[in-house]
Amino acid sequence: MEAIEGIKNLSYALDTFYFLITGALVMWMAAGFAMLEAGLVRSKNTAEILTKNIVLFAIAGIMYMLMGYNIMYPADGNGYFPALDLSFMFGGDNDAAEVLATDMEGWYDGSYYSGMSDFFFQMVFVATAMSIVSGAVAERMKLWSFMVFAVVMTGFIYPLQGYWKWGGGFLDAMGFADFAGSGVVHLTGAAAALAGVMLLGARKGKYGPNGEVRAIPGANLPMATLGTFILWLGWFGFNGGSELILSNVGEANAVAAVFVNTNMAAAGGVVAGILTARILFGKADLTMALNGALAGLVAITAEPLAPTPIGATLIGAAGGILVVFSIITMDKLKIDDPVGAISVHGVVGIWGLMAVPIYNADASLGTQGIGMLVIFGWSFVASLITWGVIKVIMGIRVSEEEEYEGVDIGECGVEAYPEFTIK
Amino acid sequence: MKLITAIIKPFKLDDVRDALSEIGITGMTVTEVKGFGRQKGHTELYRGAEYVVDFLPKAKLEIAVNADIVDQVIEAIVGVARTDKIGDGKIFITPVDSVVRIRTGETDADAL
Repeated sequence: MEAIEGIKNLSYALDTFYFLITGALVMWMAAGFAMLEAGLVRSKNTAEILTKNIVLFAIAGIMYMLMGYNIMYPADGNGYFPALDLSFMFGGDNDAAEVLATDMEGWYDGSYYSGMSDFFFQMVFVATAMSIVSGAVAERMKLWSFMVFAVVMTGFIYPLQGYWKWGGGFLDAMGFADFAGSGVVHLTGAAAALAGVMLLGARKGKYGPNGEVRAIPGANLPMATLGTFILWLGWFGFNGGSELILSNVGEANAVAAVFVNTNMAAAGGVVAGILTARILFGKADLTMALNGALAGLVAITAEPLAPTPIGATLIGAAGGILVVFSIITMDKLKIDDPVGAISVHGVVGIWGLMAVPIYNADASLGTQGIGMLVIFGWSFVASLITWGVIKVIMGIRVSEEEEYEGVDIGECGVEAYPEFTIK
Repeated sequence: MKLITAIIKPFKLDDVRDALSEIGITGMTVTEVKGFGRQKGHTELYRGAEYVVDFLPKAKLEIAVNADIVDQVIEAIVGVARTDKIGDGKIFITPVDSVVRIRTGETDADAL
């Protein structure tokens, strides 16, 4: 009897530990987004984008604690709307005696890890979705308007559609599959970003008088590359942790498969992205290799377990090709996205969702399509309304002069590189 | 006395410096400059969108010498800086009224 109790203790501790460590890896993705975005904007807008990145991460945690977590994982609900519940902020976790009293038969259906570790893991996911938005609206959006949007996004918009899928709502009930969030996290973030960019408009100088597309090169490609590597690393937590548990042979094998497939998809995305750029542009545009890596990762996120390694590589590669064409198309449509976030997380997020049935026999193209439309529709419309209200009340765009001078001085009063110029 | 101002391709700077040392030139001033001539600028692509590089990087050398070795200096510079491709640069020769070495107060030929 004591041996069984020891195994239960060990199993609970191991799965909690795994959850916390993979959550910490996902937290580190916030650093990846910060570096990627700081590298792809101009130096005069660096301090401001970094400010947005660290403050949005903090807002995400606080809002998710206050209401987001309870909306997404409610004690009760009708599948569309959760029952009102704000209990999480007052604490509490699984009772040790109760956990140990669970018989081995029902072990994996019950409380196999700490409730707090579950909150921690889910909380870093909402921060990821919000990080996607900051890159797309970079270099021209008002700092505080962005922060207000972050409150609504992380407290309400994201958690509600999260409830529909991961909280056991109607999308989950109809068989929609999204393992780690190509839709729930990435498409949601991209939809919010798209709504923001449409109300915000393009950066000054992005389009010439005759509508020709002009390049605005990023200031620091070493930083953007470091950011991409950090995201790649963090993604092992993002997808690997989404297996939720580790402590038996089957689950351990599954986690290892998810790690391998996640890596292979990113690799496929890089190679496909850089080759596509070379063929289309004549030169090997580094930023397309970076976007290719992220596209591969987003593409595999909806189903990183079922594919074979070669299959994962090809799904990632398709994402890598898609992202290059998408970025060119967005530019032509005058959707100015300095870092390519809408293409990487939105367009490729959709590809990830629609690719699930290739290897997962339980998923169907129709159900995936409905889930995709519901998630995109909700996130886009809710974001558009939120951005619209913010625009009316406090404005969302900085003045033309401030945009020219750089939002570092205008919004933050500090420059990222104050010693580079003569005063 | 003459002032020789040579605009050359930056990657030829080391070769030019060596060639001038060989013929006994003991000093020069080098500046990193940008400009365009017949070569014009060129366009590059960033994330599929064009951007124009109007001013190309060049190295500017300034060398003050006695009039009698001007031809030798020009020959040395042209000899190594020439690639036969557009954008090799130009050499300007201008008269110099006087020269002063600040440390000693020497003037003209003694100061060179």
